[in-house]
Amino acid sequence: MEMRSAEFKTRSVFAIHDGGLQKAMGMLRDGFVAKRTVQAAELPEFEQLREEAKNLKNHILDNLDHYLERYEAAVTAAGGQVHWARDAAEAREIILGICHRVGAKIVTKGKSMVSEEIGLNEALIEKGMEVVETDLGEYIIQLADEPPSHIIAPAVHKTKDQVSDLFEEAHGGPRKTTVPDLVNEARQVLREKYFKADVGITGGNYLVAETGSSVIVTNEGNGDLTQTLARVHIVTSGIERVVPRLEDVTLFLRLLARSATGQETETYTTFSTGPRRPDDLDGPQEYHVVLVDNGRSKMLAGRFRDMLRCIRCGACMNHCPVYGSIGGHAYGWVYPGPMGSVLTPLIKGLDNAYDLPNACTLNGRCGSVCPVKIPLPDLLRELRHLQHKQKITPSLQRHALSVWRFAATRPGLYHFGERIAARILAFAGRKKGRLRKAPLASAWTDSRDLPAPSGRTFLEQWQSQRGKS
Amino acid sequence: MNDPSKRRPRVGLFATCLMNVFRPNIGFSAVKLLEDAGCTVEVPAQQTCCGQPGYNSGDFDAAQALARQVIAAFEGFDYVVGPSGSCMATIRYDYPEMFADDPDWRTRAQSLAGKSFELLSFLHDELGVDRVGARLKTKATYHDSCSGLRSLGIKGQPRALLATVEGLKLKEMQDTEVCCGFGGTFCVKYPEISEKMVDDKIRNLLATGADTLLGGDLGCLMNIAGRLKRINAPVKVFHTAEVLAGMADGPGIGDAPQETR
Amino acid sequence: MSQARDTILGAVREALRRGPPDNATRASLDEKRFDHTRPSQDDDPVERFIRKFESRAGTVGRVATLGDVPAEVDQHRARFDLPKRAAVGNALKALDWPSDWTVHHGAAPIEETLSVSLASAGIAETGSVLLASGPDSPTTHNFVPDDQVVVLPVEHIVRWFEEAWDRLRQREGGMPRATNIVSGPSRTADVEQTVQLGAHGPRRVHVILVG
Ligand code: SF4
Repeated sequence: MEMRSAEFKTRSVFAIHDGGLQKAMGMLRDGFVAKRTVQAAELPEFEQLREEAKNLKNHILDNLDHYLERYEAAVTAAGGQVHWARDAAEAREIILGICHRVGAKIVTKGKSMVSEEIGLNEALIEKGMEVVETDLGEYIIQLADEPPSHIIAPAVHKTKDQVSDLFEEAHGGPRKTTVPDLVNEARQVLREKYFKADVGITGGNYLVAETGSSVIVTNEGNGDLTQTLARVHIVTSGIERVVPRLEDVTLFLRLLARSATGQETETYTTFSTGPRRPDDLDGPQEYHVVLVDNGRSKMLAGRFRDMLRCIRCGACMNHCPVYGSIGGHAYGWVYPGPMGSVLTPLIKGLDNAYDLPNACTLNGRCGSVCPVKIPLPDLLRELRHLQHKQKITPSLQRHALSVWRFAATRPGLYHFGERIAARILAFAGRKKGRLRKAPLASAWTDSRDLPAPSGRTFLEQWQSQRGKS
Repeated sequence: MNDPSKRRPRVGLFATCLMNVFRPNIGFSAVKLLEDAGCTVEVPAQQTCCGQPGYNSGDFDAAQALARQVIAAFEGFDYVVGPSGSCMATIRYDYPEMFADDPDWRTRAQSLAGKSFELLSFLHDELGVDRVGARLKTKATYHDSCSGLRSLGIKGQPRALLATVEGLKLKEMQDTEVCCGFGGTFCVKYPEISEKMVDDKIRNLLATGADTLLGGDLGCLMNIAGRLKRINAPVKVFHTAEVLAGMADGPGIGDAPQETR
Repeated sequence: MSQARDTILGAVREALRRGPPDNATRASLDEKRFDHTRPSQDDDPVERFIRKFESRAGTVGRVATLGDVPAEVDQHRARFDLPKRAAVGNALKALDWPSDWTVHHGAAPIEETLSVSLASAGIAETGSVLLASGPDSPTTHNFVPDDQVVVLPVEHIVRWFEEAWDRLRQREGGMPRATNIVSGPSRTADVEQTVQLGAHGPRRVHVILVG
């Protein structure tokens, strides 16, 4: 997928003025956020589970190589095949290779963020295959030729009218205008595809080392139809998604739906273990898993290891007021919101995504809801630190910081400067108590007044009343 | 009890940069509240900024330099108290982190962090202050500033104390825990997003019908007040400490000198 | 391919600043069992199962014996005016299905309207049924028809997922190829967050408790 994070600023401004998007964002906040709050409150053990999930993930990451090897052995024992991909290009090649070998013409896809990450659709289409996204949200944005704007609700930015337009254009009339009619129409169209598909590609929420199973969680059942009815099932997953045993999956399941959509559970949780067995009546003839590294092993080494705990629930973006203001597309790549602002620079390069770690108030709401307690604000700040060290930070900002540091480490000078500033601003705002314009502060005064000081600084007044200490 | 500090705790007041320049009244309110609660208050002249602007901009070096200065200026006190959740969270949580690789400074940072508090949580949780003598006839709403709320757990203390202000009615707004869009340099680096966020905040606050907005961090209050004044909304903005100290009788933040109550 | 494998595992070990784990470490990791917190329950598991399953638009009926199942299925069929045909899992083949029905025991084809399958377990925690794929219970039965009827003997109801996993481990052949945990009818909220049932899978899921 094309990377457009460098255009963050412009695109965020457009987003703010996009009425349809703003309406959709409002519904997201009222929906997911309110429901999660209810779910978390209804489960007294919720905080305890978050702590356990964090610790379990840390244990897995500490022993990642072992669990991956165990997982691979279990998949093989169940008759499946594991492929390892160092990067996006290698992952695409592996999947194209399988598709080519089995003569695939139609490829159905369940929702998979990793497949977005590796730019799979474009590669398959380029080779002449028909690729059909089957998650309704993914299907909608595929018709619109847009990337997802949310990792759980990819078409959350689309209004019903826009969906009606897209469906009318793609399926022909008569135009459907109600949600039931729209859903029904997609159901009919996609049904045919499941049965005709040669290859079905899904993600893997969890990879169970004990059993060699891959797990998907959906509400629609599209992932199941995808993986059951195609001749070949390919799972794409990041190497960090392995878990030791079935009980460990349970821990994450108890957190995932509650955090993601504010449901107690999603409708379907499915464990897939190998291909069709000799006396089975249905199921795919081949079962493949593509384990994707793509920067993950590098993340494991340092300060950003915490990020590998992510279970892709989307709670951080649902609760992020910046995401809520601008939607997902402004972030310019596959992963939006707080988790994306950490992942994108790490996977695609710090200088390609300067704005992402910076466009954040560090208000901490994301970290406070993350089911695996990823300290997202700390990681964003750490990315700013790296940008600063690598001089990716704009030079104007670096100069301003040096000046600030020079003054602030000299209390006499600093206080003198503060006194001057207080006097000038007080004079300028003496009538109204505020300024509508201030030198060098247009970014502030374009949309707000600047409250004016009263004239003398606190320290000045204190010292004249009580003396210096 | 022959240790005098046990009888009258010696508090070093952390005079935040914004307060020092824009709203000294908050500083004096803090002093009054602390002295009323039996503390001796001093304001070390060697202090400047806590270093947060550098830290949050990724200039960890500069942040450390400022942190050392704060530690040196304040480590002799029984307590360090400031009228800002954000600056005090930096001292309490970030300082020890900043010196993770420097054992000597880390020890000093930890010891300072252990005795550093945001004003209202200090009064309420540490000194056991549970009421104030102030009165103010107003219908107010309260904005939970993010650092104070999430790093320091400030939520109940200001409300508990405000409940004892005679004449004051608190009406909670929706999404009171959602960021107002200030975010330090964020508001000038991404002004459009910041404006959208502060407008969301203001919509919720106006919906309460409150005539006064209160909060514990001057940065957020200046942001919200600045926007309120720009759109001519008739809401006064005060720091909670000003109200609790009975010193909210002058102009609100961003109000003209004559616009007094 | 194996080169990629070695590179990735090597990079992981380098990041962890160690070599491959020795056998003793591996053995102890394989033995390791986490005892995760289970959400407390103080209600009757069967009642809880019913309440939870119904909370997500599923329906539940109850009969005394397996022999009563066909009549209950026919009621569901009649209620929604479905054709007299069904894909019935082999496990329920022996039941006395109405003679004027077309009943088959294979996979569900695209035109299938109704399926009847036997659940391996019911999970009271969330009110979900667990279906294990195999010749007795093809996976397509759970997703293709508009109407799915699931037969669940009450003694198969467990409180927590963990107990269901134990049942799976004790199964002959171990983990099934597909383990489907179904918590209600298929649904989507992808258009304006409006919940709509029957997105791709069954529009209605009816559980028949037996016993
Ligand atoms: S970072 Fe946390 S909250 Fe965000 S998607 Fe990942 S697990 Fe969910």
